[in-house]
Amino acid sequence: MEKLLKILNDLHPEVDFEANESLVDDGILDSLDIVSLVTEIYAEFDVTIPAEEIVPENFNSAKALMALITKIDEE
Amino acid sequence: MQKNILEYLEKTAITYTDKLAFSNGKDGLTFGEVYKRSRAIGSFLCDNGYYREPIAVIMDKHPNVLTAFWGCVYAGCFYACIDEKMPQARVLAIFEKLLPRAIICDARNYKLASSLGVEKIYLYDDIVTHPENEDALEKIRIKQSSTDAIYVAFTSGSTGTPKGVVACHRSVIDYTESICDALGFSENTVFANQTPLYFDAPLKEIMPTLKLGATTYFVPKMLFSFPIKLIEYLDEYKINTVCWVVSALVQISSLGALESHAPKYIETVCFGSELFPRKQYDLWRAALPNARFFNLYGPTEATGMSCYWAADRELMPDEPIPIGRPFDNTDIILLDENNRSADEGEICIRGTCLTMGYYNDPEKTSAVFTQNPLNTAYGEQIYRTGDIGRINERGELVFLCRKDSQIKHMGHRIELGEIEAAALKSENVRMACCVYDNNAKRIVLFYVGKSESKVLFAHLMTLLPRYMMPAELVMLDVMPLTPNGKIDRKGLREKAENKN
Repeated sequence: MEKLLKILNDLHPEVDFEANESLVDDGILDSLDIVSLVTEIYAEFDVTIPAEEIVPENFNSAKALMALITKIDEE
Repeated sequence: MQKNILEYLEKTAITYTDKLAFSNGKDGLTFGEVYKRSRAIGSFLCDNGYYREPIAVIMDKHPNVLTAFWGCVYAGCFYACIDEKMPQARVLAIFEKLLPRAIICDARNYKLASSLGVEKIYLYDDIVTHPENEDALEKIRIKQSSTDAIYVAFTSGSTGTPKGVVACHRSVIDYTESICDALGFSENTVFANQTPLYFDAPLKEIMPTLKLGATTYFVPKMLFSFPIKLIEYLDEYKINTVCWVVSALVQISSLGALESHAPKYIETVCFGSELFPRKQYDLWRAALPNARFFNLYGPTEATGMSCYWAADRELMPDEPIPIGRPFDNTDIILLDENNRSADEGEICIRGTCLTMGYYNDPEKTSAVFTQNPLNTAYGEQIYRTGDIGRINERGELVFLCRKDSQIKHMGHRIELGEIEAAALKSENVRMACCVYDNNAKRIVLFYVGKSESKVLFAHLMTLLPRYMMPAELVMLDVMPLTPNGKIDRKGLREKAENKN
């Protein structure tokens, strides 16, 4: 989780990623951020997020994103 | 002879009265409704004494916004659409140039609109029900000329103040006619618009829709983050034409969505504003083998797009995608450093497509809207784009680079100088140099000062629109200089590019 929070904080130092659960709905994460995240997650976790999983529900909070990474990693 | 863009609307409102013209998927307007609403707003402005002056529009993206625009045009005024997400400080900087007496806004942006010191704030919903004043609109039309202004579109300025490009009926009509011809749009075209309404890019969809009786959907911005949802949207509304910035197309292809979910109805893909990475371009070509692809190129100062390349041949593996040739009634000349015609040089544009320069800024206008140096016999204006291009062996125009520090990022045209100027407004920043990392497509700001990067980031957020925010702020002890004492931009850019 720490690794993920660092990636997120690098993108948006102004956001409290542990508390915010509407990152997409509030327009904090834009399309460039999503690409950066997918790339960074691949680099840091060796996990490829398939296009089917790139949906708002999975990116609305750090928690949801971490759960997705864990899920893909276990598959 | 057509002298007003509204003549398009006046024809389609009769032929296609009940056809859907503009929609965001949820709310839509037919051509008949667009006509009625635009005239109501025009009548309101006219009855309240606005004429030949700027009206600012601050509204969320919605089909209604267009009727506010054309309401201004009906009244003989011109609109300036303001990005509602722009920090207040930047809107104020724009208003110092624009000096509008009135703003049209929606309820959600009322608070922002009221904070800008403008005399009158009108809510769209209140004025759209104003009774039509046919006589007054008719009188305005009789006095009108095709050289009257339609809009002012603000773009990033290198000294920190945005520049307002003024376009008139003549150039927008010229653009509409030539783009419809070149790209083969028709009344059956269904556009999915991606670009925001506050600059010239959406004219590509909006004007052909108005002229031909086509349909444009405004795609919700959020969908551009989620490729499969976006493709489902395209399929749901049977979208057959997209004219998007490259980054929006790359978003879909690079996240691997095309393999399993190629959009079903797309016939035409126009892209532009940035270089299309070849790998991603090839993915699109492979996913849509029957679609027509067009690379478009053009500056706001020449109304919209000026050149196109129809992707009518296979490219060599490392060949850049050409920008092709100018639209009909537009001419491109390449000028070398001595203002002589050359095969490689600054791309200069001449023709009816030229806009009227920058609003309230004769100095900046005369620097780039100049006499054609190849013609010393009579007054003939060209626009100097600052882009360097060359003609390849097939006679196609190819974009090479910029002359200055203007960049294209996510389809937005940005002067790095504006970001530096914003950073230097903080008293804790002594020196600033902004570079663009072309590999990772990131804006990186190097600075010398006492400000912590987190604090500086927050400071920049109050001055710059989101798309201009640096992805990284790097504090330096000293700014590296070149032997003649200038900031070593090239070195810093390499530093940024090699980091990742």
